[in-house]
Amino acid sequence: MGTLKKITRRTFLIASTAIAGGVAFGTYQYQKPTPNPLLADGMGDADTVSLNPYLKINQDGVTVITPKAEMGQGVHSMFAMLVAEELDLDWQTIKTEHGPASNAYFNVALMRPMAGFHDYDQSERANSVRAYTEIASKFLGMQITGGSTSAPDGFVKLRSAGASARLTLTLAAAQQWGVAATTLQTENGHVINPENGDKLSYTELAVAAADIAAPARPPLRDPAQWRYLGQSMPRPDIPAKTIGAAQFASDIRLPDMLHATVRMSPRFGAGIQSADTQTAAAMPGIDKIIQLGNEGFAVIANNTWRALQAANAIQVEWEAASYPPDNAGIMQLYEDSFNTAPNGTFEQTGDVDLAFADVNSDEIIAAEYRVPYLAHATMEPMSAVAQVTENRIDLWTGAQSPTGTRDMVAAAAGMSKDQVHIHTTLLGGGFGRRAEADFALQAYQIARQTAGRPVKVSWSREEDMRHDFYRPAAIARLKGLMDNTKPRALDAQIASPSIMLSMSKRAPMPALGPDQLIAEGTAGQPDQIEHIRIRGYAPELAIPIGFWRSVGASFNGFVHESFMDEMAAHKDLDPIAMKLATLGDLSEVGTKVVQKVKEISGWNGRNQANGVGRGFAYTLSFGAHTAQVIDVSMTDRGVKIDKIYCAVDVGTALDPRNIVAQIESGIIYGLSAAISGDLTFKDGEVVQSNFHNNTALRIHQVPPIDVAILENNPSITGVGEPGTPPAIPALANAIFALTGKRLRELPLNRHIDFV
Amino acid sequence: MKLTVNGQAHEVDVEANMPLLWVLRDELGLTGTKYGCGIAQCGACTVHMNGMAVRSCQLPVAAAQGKITTIEGLSGSDDAATTANLHRVQQAWIEHQVPQCGYCQSGQLMAAASLLSSNPSPSDADIDAAMAGNLCRCGTYTRIRAAIHTAAKAGA
Repeated sequence: MGTLKKITRRTFLIASTAIAGGVAFGTYQYQKPTPNPLLADGMGDADTVSLNPYLKINQDGVTVITPKAEMGQGVHSMFAMLVAEELDLDWQTIKTEHGPASNAYFNVALMRPMAGFHDYDQSERANSVRAYTEIASKFLGMQITGGSTSAPDGFVKLRSAGASARLTLTLAAAQQWGVAATTLQTENGHVINPENGDKLSYTELAVAAADIAAPARPPLRDPAQWRYLGQSMPRPDIPAKTIGAAQFASDIRLPDMLHATVRMSPRFGAGIQSADTQTAAAMPGIDKIIQLGNEGFAVIANNTWRALQAANAIQVEWEAASYPPDNAGIMQLYEDSFNTAPNGTFEQTGDVDLAFADVNSDEIIAAEYRVPYLAHATMEPMSAVAQVTENRIDLWTGAQSPTGTRDMVAAAAGMSKDQVHIHTTLLGGGFGRRAEADFALQAYQIARQTAGRPVKVSWSREEDMRHDFYRPAAIARLKGLMDNTKPRALDAQIASPSIMLSMSKRAPMPALGPDQLIAEGTAGQPDQIEHIRIRGYAPELAIPIGFWRSVGASFNGFVHESFMDEMAAHKDLDPIAMKLATLGDLSEVGTKVVQKVKEISGWNGRNQANGVGRGFAYTLSFGAHTAQVIDVSMTDRGVKIDKIYCAVDVGTALDPRNIVAQIESGIIYGLSAAISGDLTFKDGEVVQSNFHNNTALRIHQVPPIDVAILENNPSITGVGEPGTPPAIPALANAIFALTGKRLRELPLNRHIDFV
Repeated sequence: MKLTVNGQAHEVDVEANMPLLWVLRDELGLTGTKYGCGIAQCGACTVHMNGMAVRSCQLPVAAAQGKITTIEGLSGSDDAATTANLHRVQQAWIEHQVPQCGYCQSGQLMAAASLLSSNPSPSDADIDAAMAGNLCRCGTYTRIRAAIHTAAKAGA
């Protein structure tokens, strides 16, 4: 077997969707092959061959590099399916690895929302402009798992990697046997000559295949021939997760490793006023306590629990926060922002002012909605292992943005990017939280002070919940006017801080003018309404905010669809009938999703004779049209969710069982936020600290969920986030149907009890 | 301090009040048992003591003086009624593809195995009552319920 380093195939053209001609400027740069990071110096082992950035072949067979963060969404399985489909790998023996952090794994789909079209616009023109954004994505070079982009990102790229490798392996066998490649077949990791039954494994052919030029855009199989794609495949990551063998960053154990935790300022941006660490430092097992800038402390010990105990024993007074100390003051800043210039106007059609001026004021429907800040609360609190030696930094962590983490650590260390080695582990939940680099940077800062010894940094749940990059709170003020069957006018003003602005202050990411995230989910909906105006307002506070599963749509779905339900109720219309009228001819895909959920739920109105209230909601988010119906009833212990129905269009369903799992997951995540997710401030500090005062849905609160998958969308969509936004208004609308109470503030348990 | 984990006797040099969780993870290297909250609210740290589900984050090691079974030892535990190596709840978990991120699943599996040893054919309500202490932020609950029913049938 040849060594990895000797192999000549150092480049691989990333095939993508229809970049027909490229633009005149930058075509060369764009088409330039991406170096294969598996062949970089110091990578891999000598007995492994890599045919392209997604494949390693050695004596043990083929390993598929699945450079997306596996945080539960099954992306490793899905990426392996895409490669295996074209390469004819044996599913029983398939292996996956995160691989290194590399710009070669840039997310092709990341910039698609910047194309400037509504997601429901699937015209040829819109899709060709979306394809052009891949050029920008390549130059950004961001390896990032988020925005429900993995399926659109990997769909062509990973199949191309498999097909390209299959061609070179087949050619290598043809050369060896002296036969024409077209006479050969591939099956379960082997090239086969059907004439005589000769058989060579990919392992045996890998070295020779590596010397054969790989085609940039190999032909891909007709979906009608797919064996794996479209099937529910057993996920390769699941067996290890049932025997306690799956390795999260928290589980990394290295020789001579230290254990550390942190105690950071509970007031964002406010530092240490005075502190006494002596008592803590004298506690058993404590190696030392170090200060992390002026933001807090790290306790380094020989056992995590000892570190946690000592961290609690640090006596410290913190400076005051720059923002108002309590919720009332914070939300006042939101209210004040309505009197400032809008951050952006995200929809403008017709003339809303004129529409409202033309009618009697009692015809105008007006409402205000409020949602709180929210923590991600991944099951695994933030964690990272770091080792710092003279010329090298190694970091083991669950990173949704490994290249971003690498670059930020390199900048902090004054090292080059190739001196920082990110070993992405499984993530004990991500939901956007692990797209941040704070905990990895912190682990680096701590490991700088341990004389080359590796150190595992484990946050307590309390630190995790109180040091998040939160889903921002929001206030939305809406005004509407009805025609006989659908709204005639919608005027929405949404106040919520800009996530992009917050991000731009801590990561190499520009804040590009108006922040669409403030309004996404209210804006961008297929609303065939004559007069629409949607404006965003962005109060500025030092409270860190970030990407939380479904981002702006996580609250705008609630705002938009609750208000639509109010508008329907105002005219005594059926909400589904009104939705179909509002969709009009804007999106056939959306219409079919709504019709599907109507069908599977046996919908015949919001009120049921048997004491069941039914709520409907539909949100288009991350390109996926998603409609839900939730049934609730009243018990002596409060509202009980009896049943959930969901129809979602994913374009092409790669793994139906996993899609159902993701949609259920998104719904339950949304309902946790709807019912009990809360985050409030007192004395400039987050009040909630653990699962006793910030609870999430438990098994007894989750009813059966029926999911129908549709494939009418010409574009493939992700499914990690789209289940979340409509779940919240579907529940609130069901409670309205059941009780007549219109709840306009989350969490709903501030206003009504739940089982 | 002496303790028996997965049939093996161990002697560890730790404070009597160190929670069993951290003895397992940091002293014995049994990292299948997870830290999620430290206050017995999430169930990620669930292990068995004499076959009963306990929260190891709240159990001082000095009190962990029964037979301790962790996820690593579940397939070999006394109540394993399986045809293959794995405990029937583990088999059912794979059959139903229960885990997503997987972080809470060791605790879920230990709670489920404990439930089945005391109630061989639980109803949905029994499952909900027994499993309500185990949080899952990925929302794997519908498959957990189905997998427990399957495991129950496998043990019948």
